[in-house]
Amino acid sequence: MSDGIPIEITGLTKRFGAVTAVEDLSFTVEPGRVTGFLGPNGAGKTTTLRVLLGLERPTAGTATFGGAVYRDLPRPLETVGAALDAAFHPGRTARNHLRVVATAAGIRASRVGEVLEQVGMSEFASRRVGGFSLGMRQRLALATTLLGDPRVLVLDEPINGLDPEGIRWIRGFLQSLAREGRTVLVSSHLLSEVQQSVDEVVIISRGRLVRSGSLSSLELDASPRTVVDGPDRPRLAAALDQAGLEYTDGRGGFIVAEPDTGVVGHAAFLGGVELSSLHPLKSGLEDSFLALVGEGGE
Amino acid sequence: MVRSIGAEFQKVLTTRMWWLLAIVLVGYVALLSGGFGAFLGWTVENPDAAAAAGGNTTLPPGIDLAPLLYSFASSIGYVFPVLLGALAVTSEFRHRTLTTTFLAQPHRGTVLSGKFASQLVVGAAFGVIGFATSVGTGAAALAAFDLETGLGATDTWALVGRGILAMALWGAIGVGLGALVPNQVAAIVIVIAFTQFVEPILRIAASLNDVTASIGRFLPGAASDALVGASFYGIASPGASEALEWWQGGLVLFGIALVTTIIGGLTTWRRDVS
Repeated sequence: MSDGIPIEITGLTKRFGAVTAVEDLSFTVEPGRVTGFLGPNGAGKTTTLRVLLGLERPTAGTATFGGAVYRDLPRPLETVGAALDAAFHPGRTARNHLRVVATAAGIRASRVGEVLEQVGMSEFASRRVGGFSLGMRQRLALATTLLGDPRVLVLDEPINGLDPEGIRWIRGFLQSLAREGRTVLVSSHLLSEVQQSVDEVVIISRGRLVRSGSLSSLELDASPRTVVDGPDRPRLAAALDQAGLEYTDGRGGFIVAEPDTGVVGHAAFLGGVELSSLHPLKSGLEDSFLALVGEGGE
Repeated sequence: MVRSIGAEFQKVLTTRMWWLLAIVLVGYVALLSGGFGAFLGWTVENPDAAAAAGGNTTLPPGIDLAPLLYSFASSIGYVFPVLLGALAVTSEFRHRTLTTTFLAQPHRGTVLSGKFASQLVVGAAFGVIGFATSVGTGAAALAAFDLETGLGATDTWALVGRGILAMALWGAIGVGLGALVPNQVAAIVIVIAFTQFVEPILRIAASLNDVTASIGRFLPGAASDALVGASFYGIASPGASEALEWWQGGLVLFGIALVTTIIGGLTTWRRDVS
């Protein structure tokens, strides 16, 4: 694998009539890493990817692969492999689908068998796609992206519909592709779905960038809190108010915006309230993700 | 461009639609060329019995039956290449395969040109199938009544050649129609309604008046029949005697194919694919 190709999104805006799907979005996806492109449904992820791949025209801004827009790439499938929606003609077999794509892109036909092998679909090659499960369609879509042995992979929700074994397989597969120096961009609406396979994250909400950086930088965001509960909730609430602590009502007790359990325990002691539980709440990545996309949201 | 044409051929040949339509074409043409040929042969052989049965054929005396029967391949069979050409475009929208198609070839004009060129060839292949059927069954029916089959005449084979050209052009018209009307159901309804009801009625209505007749001969089906050089419409409406020259008919068909494809290519084909 020679030098990698970065994906560069600069000031990208896409409007559909009065609706703004993506607004002034800028970020870069570096080669050699798996980047998660995250955001809730309707955040503008798919629109961004479609503009990047030349399927939709941007209202403003650019989206390029190493400086070139998709339609200017001399041999697009040998630079970029993209899977957007796992849509196929139902009457065509898996092998014939790949043959058609290979012919259109000028890729030698022997690659068809190789990519079928690579995604573990050789035994289904002669079956019509109409009978495939969503997981098998996802694998065939992935095989299609690999036909040109591209240096950049763009996958929209590739984990959707995969069984646990398939999810484990694709995680390792994406990592191995990135280790070969390829640029790998994977979208998802769930951080938990991709957090074990991505190195970097780009998070958008309502068409705007809310965060980009390494996965570990996101972890630091997750501020710890304390859970406290007792038999007499009103008195406990009064004690927390007295101590000037912020809290919300949770199922297992009050969630107090205070990392030190000792401070919360002391507040209860001062109020003379009996406690049934007092422990730190480990807030996960998903919480900080939801907090981030929530900010840009309602 | 060569790659796009090749890919479009593969798309046609890797799904079942082409041979389903080819089978229906063969059945339809065989029924009309063979059946009509046998019926007309019988009335020519037994004019008295036919008249007694009320079957007073309006067949003018001296008309050559062979070209009439053979031309069924295109005069009724043209709907099949149109359908296949339209489906080549609309099925990409219906099955949302345009994404994959445009990723492999982001220059959309090249993709549409590939469809246009490949459907010309597919239409010609349907022409070969259709005329093999109409000549086979029609000649068999005529021979059974000891009538002239015209198989030895160069005129007959020139008609077959022009008919195959007409079928090729109809395939390209289908591509243009599909590009204009990407909704598959709507495109199929338009093809069936126009070819089976609207145009036949227009042609007969137009033939009632000299002015409309001169416009009516530019209707695609009329132009196609002019190109082929024979059609049962010529007998059904003898008033419309001033058909176009065969090459004019061919140009009209090619023009329709080109204009619809270009307009479709500049409108629906350029839209965002989402």
